[in-house]
Amino acid sequence: MQFGVFSVGDVTPDPTTGRVPTEAERIKAMVSVALKTEEIGLDVFATGEHHNPPFVPSSPTTMLGYLAASTDRIILSTATTLITTNDPVKIAEDYAMLQHLADGRVDLMMGRGNTGPVYPWFGKDIRDGIPLAIENYHLLHRLWREDVVDWEGKYRTPLQSFTSTPRPLDGIPPFVWHGSIRSPEIAEQAAYYGDGFFANNIFWPKEHFIRLIDLYRRRYEHYGHGQADQAIVGLGGQVFMRKNSQDAMREFRPYFDHAPVYGYGPSLEEFTAQTPLTVGSPQQVIEKTLQFREYFGDYQRQMFLMDHAGLPLSTVLEQLEMLGSEVVPVLRKEFDSLRPAHVPDGPTHAALKAAAERQVVEAEVL
Amino acid sequence: MKQRGLAVISGGLNEPSSTRLLADRVAASATQALADLDVEVQVDVMDLRDHAHELTNMMLTGFAGPDLATAIDKVMKADGLIVATPIFSASYSGLFKTFFDLLEPDALVGKPVLIAATAGTARHSLALEHVVRPLFSYLRAVVVPTTVFAASEDWGIGSGSGEALSERIDRAARELARLVASDQRPAPVDPYDDVMSFEDLLGGS
Repeated sequence: MQFGVFSVGDVTPDPTTGRVPTEAERIKAMVSVALKTEEIGLDVFATGEHHNPPFVPSSPTTMLGYLAASTDRIILSTATTLITTNDPVKIAEDYAMLQHLADGRVDLMMGRGNTGPVYPWFGKDIRDGIPLAIENYHLLHRLWREDVVDWEGKYRTPLQSFTSTPRPLDGIPPFVWHGSIRSPEIAEQAAYYGDGFFANNIFWPKEHFIRLIDLYRRRYEHYGHGQADQAIVGLGGQVFMRKNSQDAMREFRPYFDHAPVYGYGPSLEEFTAQTPLTVGSPQQVIEKTLQFREYFGDYQRQMFLMDHAGLPLSTVLEQLEMLGSEVVPVLRKEFDSLRPAHVPDGPTHAALKAAAERQVVEAEVL
Repeated sequence: MKQRGLAVISGGLNEPSSTRLLADRVAASATQALADLDVEVQVDVMDLRDHAHELTNMMLTGFAGPDLATAIDKVMKADGLIVATPIFSASYSGLFKTFFDLLEPDALVGKPVLIAATAGTARHSLALEHVVRPLFSYLRAVVVPTTVFAASEDWGIGSGSGEALSERIDRAARELARLVASDQRPAPVDPYDDVMSFEDLLGGS
């Protein structure tokens, strides 16, 4: 089981002080969060990708390249990479390059982006969101697996005798997750390729994501990649902890009440009852996170949203310390002991490489 | 005896509410009209007022709280709807519109709907034709020809006005009952059960 932190990269005023971080502060804060993620023993850091204020991470591989040089162990990922408005050729090149520089510590998560005006800035139309995600990813998938590609599609200029360089490290393309909040088409897409499926899970009730993940698992088996319970599932989570749960509620409430996504809507009590958000003691976070396995089956990656809604960096780093020392060690032990032997662990470059080598050996034996 | 379900949605804000009163009268008439067609009907009545907070929450978060989720589910499963709104500023109330804004785009396709409204003056009566009917036409519901409008004077003051309202209610209810009784609509498609194949998705791009 892999544990990680994903950052949206929002520049949000701290509602308790009114202070707004500069872009420079926010960018460096994301770097601090990533470095802390490695320091506390977690496995993955993922950055969002946005092309509009109030978000800073428009250039994920620049940040991840910097992090590749400043870390040794964590997987560097995205949440999400816009497969709709980015050129799939550039994604193939950028992330293959990053994969080499990071010695394989790279995977990425495809997403569509839900902000209409962003699409035309990149020559696209949000109404084509699903077809763009399907066609662009199909090309990306080929570019990493075929040395020379001839290709013609609807949404970009054709390719003739094109080779995307550098070729993936060890001939192993970066592992890909497909993230979706509500589209069954994307669960189907992930299942078709045998890729991972990531359910954001943080803003909506679990019942909705249970249906999406069940669909993905069913179709993963249908396409012959393994049993349904062997499909690669990732989940988001969102927590705020203090030793005493009352302190956690009191401290987090102003951030919740003014948060960009759910602020001015449901009460903190309603939202924590209806969604996976946990505000309480580390023990409560452990209990609620362990429940995810009961709802969604054994899964491979748990990501936490920690730095958002204007929380100061010092608080976020304290939260990460608690996550790393009191929560994740318990979760790791529990999840790993509960997971049956035939269910795979979280995807890594080393594991994918070993699997590819096994396949070659088996083919030679046959 | 055939079984059918009717959902009654009242956008009235007061308690007691004249909009709810009108909705109840229409529902009683529709129940009778369906009984005349040998149809037994289960009627679920909801006051949107009870869901005011959850409706606002859903506008902001995108998901329905537990009580609202139950209400939406009843509307989705109903064989026909009776909807009633007070007319505010020449249109449906904001709360009434909010509920229909939050349904999935295809939620009401082909569903028989009887539209009704209340107002303080008869000068609002055509709001049903100019505002409420286009809303349900947009949602591709099947709106019955007769609409039911009740202004203050229709509640029985003055000669013959109450009778006129009752006749109108019965006519609209019979129209709705005929659609509900004979309804051959297919069951709603569940996007998570009925999977499109990826080859089709790829081919379509």
